[in-house]
Amino acid sequence: MSEPATLDPIEPAGPGSVDERLAKVGALARLLRRPELGALLGALAVLVFFSVTTEQFGTISGAARWTDVASTLGIMAVAVALLMIGGEFDLSAGVMTGTTGLLMGILATEVGMNLWIAILLTFAFAAVIGVINGVLVIRTGLPSFIITLGTFFILQGVNLGGTKAITGTVRVSGLLSADGYDSAQRVFASSFWEPNNFRISVIWWIAITALATWVLSRTRVGNWIFGVGGDRVAARNVGVPVARVKIGLFMTTAMAAALVGIMIALRLGGQQASQGIGEEFNYIIAAVAGGCLLTGGYGSAVGAAMGALISGMTFIGIQFSGWNTDWRFLFLGVILLLAVLVNTWVRNRAEASRR
Amino acid sequence: MSGAPASAPPVIEVRGLTKYFGSVIAMKDVSTVVKAGEVTCVLGDNGAGKSTFIKVLSGVHRHDEGELLIDGEPRHFDSPRDARAAGIATVFQDLATVPLMSIWRNFFLGSEPMKGAGPLRRIDVRFAQRTMREEMAKMGIDVRDSDQLVGTLSGGERQAVSIARAVYFGARVLILDEPTSALGVKQSGIVLRYIVQARARGLGVIFITHNPHHAFPVGDRFVVLNRGRLMGAWDRRDVSRDELVRMMAGGAELEELTHELDEELARTREKPQ
Repeated sequence: MSEPATLDPIEPAGPGSVDERLAKVGALARLLRRPELGALLGALAVLVFFSVTTEQFGTISGAARWTDVASTLGIMAVAVALLMIGGEFDLSAGVMTGTTGLLMGILATEVGMNLWIAILLTFAFAAVIGVINGVLVIRTGLPSFIITLGTFFILQGVNLGGTKAITGTVRVSGLLSADGYDSAQRVFASSFWEPNNFRISVIWWIAITALATWVLSRTRVGNWIFGVGGDRVAARNVGVPVARVKIGLFMTTAMAAALVGIMIALRLGGQQASQGIGEEFNYIIAAVAGGCLLTGGYGSAVGAAMGALISGMTFIGIQFSGWNTDWRFLFLGVILLLAVLVNTWVRNRAEASRR
Repeated sequence: MSGAPASAPPVIEVRGLTKYFGSVIAMKDVSTVVKAGEVTCVLGDNGAGKSTFIKVLSGVHRHDEGELLIDGEPRHFDSPRDARAAGIATVFQDLATVPLMSIWRNFFLGSEPMKGAGPLRRIDVRFAQRTMREEMAKMGIDVRDSDQLVGTLSGGERQAVSIARAVYFGARVLILDEPTSALGVKQSGIVLRYIVQARARGLGVIFITHNPHHAFPVGDRFVVLNRGRLMGAWDRRDVSRDELVRMMAGGAELEELTHELDEELARTREKPQ
């Protein structure tokens, strides 16, 4: 960092500048300014609702169920939120959880690799897909929506066609007998706290949310993510490496998908070729419910994690209520619309109240 | 007041600066100087070559002919980074701040102050907030809430953030690209005051504008461009506001226009009610 110019300080401009002074901000306005506020309140409302209307939901074993659903969704929602704050989308994020699980499975069972080596290669593969997504978006200047829609369909084709060609079926199975399964299962797919059986993925989810929050709020890269998403030209003008930040974000999303794909495959001992298709929208809904703006430059990791929690609680809450779980789609649609309205309202209020 | 002794060469001097884009002459034979503690105003209508002039000085374009002297040394800037390293900071009208980021995050974007080591290496938020407040105070703005989003500031205040940032990071010359063109009368006045303050702190300022009424009160030197060519350059004592306005409007063209309008007016009055 360069030293400040050492010049004599001058007097402030005098009385003429008084009306330029910025108004003092109260605690309420400060709170309203937090992007995750809406999702936090929403999560509380859903928690209270299902705890009152069903018996199981509010219990610890009930919590183990809905945190399980929220965790794998939440890991992705946090990664997608970072990407959205950076001003981009990744529609291939859902199908990537399938591709990576299948790849790991095929490397471990058909090729016969040690599972840990298969896991490492899977992460490396995901990183490469992330780079491809990122470089295509940066080089072409096209919306990431279109580029990753292409990646989405390519991977979907590979998942379905490739799996059938290699295994002769629509799934990869036999992971339980793979070399290194026990240790890998402990790290990625085990449970804790008998007899409630919380999933280890919940720990990953919390850790990743904490890490993402730290990165966003306290690191240089976090500042750059907000900068490139908010105004890439302004960010470039002050020396932020825009392309590197965006490509890094696509890599992060793809590698988070690999983590989730590996978790799911290890949990089930195998993977369906259709895994993850359609999930990408759940990630985006969770991120938006968590306060991320579709236009980039604004949002939070905690918010996205809360958005995933709302989704997970709803899914399990509807089950516990004895309704058909297909109703969750209706609920998610309503949540998305409400979130967008609330985000807009909260932001306008926070900005307008200080003019 | 002047920041440099009279014998020192001007921070920037250009002689016969010329830039072609293919067969188009974007700028031809432009000469002027920018001294520490002085404001050089570059005036001209749209298409006069003001943008080309700034872009050469800020390292976006290389000039084809003529000389660009920094502290008396001939230079060619290959990139905006070169210009920044020489202490020349360009504040573009709208492209300088990120609206959805807080003031302090904007202030240090791209040059974040860090503390700690290893995985705990982090932005020194306290230092960043305090420094931003101090620098803004020097411009006469009292920021009480450093987390306030830049998008909620007025246009003039946003310019102030950009200017304060450029000064803090060691700029010796500020290039302000049409800083008043999108602002109302009052906000423009505030920006003009920032220009005077920057001058008082010993910076050289290049103030690009098409408004002679904004240029005249703050300028030490006036350069008028028209269709890529230098129409004239004056020191403040050699030119009046009216002359400047006439030059800007193209002198003869304005007189002709006034004449035509008068005739038009007379004709409409002659018409029977």
